[in-house]
Amino acid sequence: MSLRKDFANGLLAENPTFRLLLGMCPTLAVSTSVFNGIGMGLAATFVLVGSNAIVSLVRSIIPEKIRIPCYVVIIATFVTVVDLAMAGFTPALHQTLGIFIPLIVVNCIILARAEAFASKRALLNSIADGFGMGIGFTLALVVLSLIREMLGTGVVFAAPDFNFAGVKLLADEYRSVIMILAPGGFITLGCTLGLINWLSRPRSSGGSKS
Amino acid sequence: MVAKLMVIFFSAILINNFVLTRFLGICPFLGVSQQIETAIGMGLAVIFVLTLASAMTWVVQHLILVPLGLGFLQTVAFILVIAALVQLVEMVIQKVSPTLYRALGVYLPLITTNCAVLGAAVLNIREGYTLVESTVHGAAAGVGFTMAIVLFAGIRERLAYSPVPVSFKGFPIALVTAGLLSIAFLGFAGFNLGKLFGM
Repeated sequence: MSLRKDFANGLLAENPTFRLLLGMCPTLAVSTSVFNGIGMGLAATFVLVGSNAIVSLVRSIIPEKIRIPCYVVIIATFVTVVDLAMAGFTPALHQTLGIFIPLIVVNCIILARAEAFASKRALLNSIADGFGMGIGFTLALVVLSLIREMLGTGVVFAAPDFNFAGVKLLADEYRSVIMILAPGGFITLGCTLGLINWLSRPRSSGGSKS
Repeated sequence: MVAKLMVIFFSAILINNFVLTRFLGICPFLGVSQQIETAIGMGLAVIFVLTLASAMTWVVQHLILVPLGLGFLQTVAFILVIAALVQLVEMVIQKVSPTLYRALGVYLPLITTNCAVLGAAVLNIREGYTLVESTVHGAAAGVGFTMAIVLFAGIRERLAYSPVPVSFKGFPIALVTAGLLSIAFLGFAGFNLGKLFGM
């Protein structure tokens, strides 16, 4: 498979959030604002690319039986790098994402790609795959956080780290705080998945009525 | 002392329920909740590992990482401790109680990547809990997880026979249901437990 195909695979066809349903915890937890979503998405992308690259490089050295712990250590190393970098450069974002930064370690997308892809493929393909999956994850987070931030706060793209107050889309009396609380996360993701299923339904069956 | 432990225990179950308000442990919550029976099995395994892991990671943090000035290795150290612990628990249970192993066996390996475990470990350190408080918090997190997953499994068992639009079958409707469950738990927010236990 070509590099472009490996990269594009993660964007839509096998989007980690909407198609493979992996990494649900950070998806629900950080999609409260677009800025958080992009921050988490890029952090995960960095870890994915890094861990896929290293796993691919050492794939012939690692003994079969202890491969999972080895992958986890590689992933945890990259997560530590991201954690320290974010604490230094974007302290407010680091504060809001909180424990979800160390928890990138147990994000199933990353381990799943290491196991299913990087452990079998060449370096460049693995990097392309990690990058595609990471961007796919970021896109999914942006879609969800756009809906939640708009309905929950009425403002989108608010970015405290860059002193940007955001773009106001809804008047204050129309916003509902519940969308940025926990229930909003579940409901937004559920409805988005339902909508995607509906849009990609087989046309021959005609309509979505059951 | 006891009052504080009670507050930690009940707030981790009701107010800051790990699954429904903190979004930790969503993968098993959605993945292993088709039947009440398996949900109970998973819940028990999680309580067990969470309690042990909370105590172990506290010890690792305060007796190894902090004295040696290796705080930045927290993530790496914790995930290794948890992975090793899960493996150990699996082997011990297999040897000591084959019956329990048959009941929990399949769920145990899954727990390593359950973010509730690592999440609780990291939270214990961030909140500055003592060893006892950490252990209680871990146990309560497990109980909260079990309660949420069993409730959810009960709903999903009925959902399986409900007329749901085709596009929403399976995951989408399960997520919307979890959202409604989470709204119910929102009712506990702002509940002053400290007052209840005379603090």
